[in-house]
Amino acid sequence: MELTRAQAMSHFDMAIPHAGASLKQLKEEGKKVVGFYCMFAPQEVALAAGTTAVALCATKEEPIADGEKTLPRNFCPLIKSSYGFAVTDKCPFFLHSDLIVGETTCDGKKKMFELMAKFKPMHVMNLPQSYQTEADKEYWLASVKELKQVLESTFSTEITDENLRKAIHELNEERLLIQELAQLMKIDPVPISGQDLLKVLWARNFVFDRNEFSMQVRELIGELKQRAQRGEGALPKGAKRIVVTGVPTGLGAEKVLSIIEECGAAVVYIENCAGMKQYVTLVDEKQSPLEAIAEKYLNTHCSCMSPNPKRLDLVSEVCSEYKADGVVDIVWQGCHTYNVESRILRDHLKEKNDLPFLHIETDYSQGDVEQLKTRIQAFLEMLA
Amino acid sequence: MMSEKYVVAGVDVGSTAVKVSLYDGDRLQNWLEPTSWNPRQTAADLLVRAASDWGIRIEDIQSVYGTGYGRANMPFLTKAITEITCHAKGASHLYPGVQTVIDIGGQDAKAIRVEKGGRVSDFIMNDKCAAGTGRFLQVMANALGLDVSELALSTSLQNDGCQINSMCAVFAESEVIGLLNQGVSRPAIAAGLYKSIAARIASMAARIQPVMPLLLTGGVARHEPLRLALERELKMQVIVPPEAVFAGSIGAVLYAWDDLQEEDA
Repeated sequence: MELTRAQAMSHFDMAIPHAGASLKQLKEEGKKVVGFYCMFAPQEVALAAGTTAVALCATKEEPIADGEKTLPRNFCPLIKSSYGFAVTDKCPFFLHSDLIVGETTCDGKKKMFELMAKFKPMHVMNLPQSYQTEADKEYWLASVKELKQVLESTFSTEITDENLRKAIHELNEERLLIQELAQLMKIDPVPISGQDLLKVLWARNFVFDRNEFSMQVRELIGELKQRAQRGEGALPKGAKRIVVTGVPTGLGAEKVLSIIEECGAAVVYIENCAGMKQYVTLVDEKQSPLEAIAEKYLNTHCSCMSPNPKRLDLVSEVCSEYKADGVVDIVWQGCHTYNVESRILRDHLKEKNDLPFLHIETDYSQGDVEQLKTRIQAFLEMLA
Repeated sequence: MMSEKYVVAGVDVGSTAVKVSLYDGDRLQNWLEPTSWNPRQTAADLLVRAASDWGIRIEDIQSVYGTGYGRANMPFLTKAITEITCHAKGASHLYPGVQTVIDIGGQDAKAIRVEKGGRVSDFIMNDKCAAGTGRFLQVMANALGLDVSELALSTSLQNDGCQINSMCAVFAESEVIGLLNQGVSRPAIAAGLYKSIAARIASMAARIQPVMPLLLTGGVARHEPLRLALERELKMQVIVPPEAVFAGSIGAVLYAWDDLQEEDA
C-alpha cells in the first residue's frame, strides 16, 4: 500500500511560520507574554495571570556560534543555542517576552540564566534535586507560590483560584487529547510518522490559542482514525518499532528521528521534553490548585533529578504498551545527566524488557549524519 | 542444485582500502586495493579484476552486497548492509565461535558482541573523531618521519613506551613533536602511541562487556604492537586471523550467499 500523509498536518506545517506574527499581534493587543524554556515551568500559573506562555527557541544550530562567544564550547548545544538566540534577539518569542521563567535544573542552564538576567527580566524558580521526599515537595511548592507572587507584582494582577482552576482544566483537556493522539501509534502500520507526531507536539508551543490548537488536533485524530481503518500508514506495516528517549529533540534538532525513519523504522513514542514528557501526567483537579500544580510539575522525570526512577518505569511501560522492538536514547554532547543516566536506563531495560538499546551522543550539526546512519542501520539490522 | 554455478560478491568500501570477496559456496577469494579519491571507481575496477581472476565476466556475478562507508554510493550493488553486521558475520567465518570483534578501520573503531551464526547482539562505535583509528596512526607515523607501514617495526616491544596523553590526532601530533624534542626515542614514542590507542579502544569495548574468543579485524589489525598492547589492556587473548582485513567483505559475500540460498529454497 502507498505511504501517505494526513491532510490535517498542514495546520502544523504552518504553526511555526505563523507564530511570530500572531504573537506580535497579541502584543499589540496589549497581552503580556511569559517565556519559558523547560517542562518544569508551571504554565497554568502564567495563564491564570492572564498572560500568554510561550516556549523559547533552543533547537537550531545557527545561533550556537553566538552562544559560544560567552559560554564554554563544550556546553550542550541546547544551552548554547538558547543563549545565542536570546543574546542576538533572533528568537522573536524571547524578544516579545515580558518575563522569562527559568528553573535551576542542570548546572549549565542555571548558570546561563545568571548571564541572561543581565539583559532580560528573569525569574528563576528553585527546583529541588529529587521528587521523592516531603521536603522536596514543600521546597518546590514554595517556589510555585513565589512564582505566583512574582507574576502578580510584575503584571499588577491577582491570580485567583478560579482562574487557576480554569487554566488547569484547559491544559488537562489538552493533555488528554495529546494522549489520545499518541495512542494511535500503537497501530501497525503507524497512521502518522514519528517526525510528524513530533511536529504536532512541537507546534503546541507555537499556537497561542489553546482552543484553536485543540480543534486542529481533533481534526487530525479523526483523519488518522479513518486512515487506520483503511490500513493506510505513514510507514510500511511491520516496520521496526522504536521508542526514542533522552534529551529534547525539538524541530531543528530532530536529525536522529529523521534518520531512524529514513532507515525504514517507525518512531512510535517520543519520550522526551519535545515529545510526550509534559503530557503524561495531569494536574489533580480535586486538590487545591497551587498544591496540585506543584505536584504535577515536580513529577517531571528529568535526568536532573537524582535518582530518577519515574523515567525508568515510564520507558519500561511505554516499551511494552507500544510493542517496541528497540530503544534509542539520544544525548546531547555535554549533557552529563542524560549521558550518565543512559547506562542506568540501559541496564533497567535489559532486566525488565530485554530490549536492544542504542545510545547516541550527538549535537545539532550535520557533520556526523553518515556515522549516525551506519549506527542506526546496524541497530535495525540487529533487530531484524 | 541450481546454486552450484552461482558466484556472489561482497564489496567493502572503506576509507582507506576497498576489499572484494567472491564466493561460490566452496571457494572464497579476496582482493584489496587502496581507496582512491574516487572510491566508486576503485570498487568497480577491483570487482572487474576479481571477476577476471576468478575466470568469469562481471555479469556472471549473481549478486553484489556492499558494506563500508562507500556502500550508499555504489550503483551496481544488489543490497547494502552496514559494516557492523558484516564484520560480525565475517569474523565468525574466520574464527567460528568468536564472541567479540574489535574492528579498527581507517576512520572508525567499533566493538561488537557476536552471537551464534555471526549475528550482532550489541555494538559500540567511536565518535566522529580520528582518535584510536588508522588515520591516527598515519598522522603519528608522519610526525615520527615514518611511513605507517614502518611504524610497527620501529616500536619497542619491551612495554616501556612513554605516556601519550592526547587522544585527539591534532593534539597528539604536537605532543609527539614535543617528546622528540625532549630526546625521547622513536621506539618508545611509537610504543606509547600503541599503548594509548589500546587504552582508548579497551575502554570503549568495556561498554559491551567483551568476552573471549576475541578477534581483532580491520586494516589496523596487522600492527602487531597494537595487538600486544590490546592484550595487556583487555587482559584477554586477542586473535588476529590472517584475513583480518577482509572480515567486512567476507561478511557481505556470505550474506549475499545466504539470501540466495533462501530465495532458492
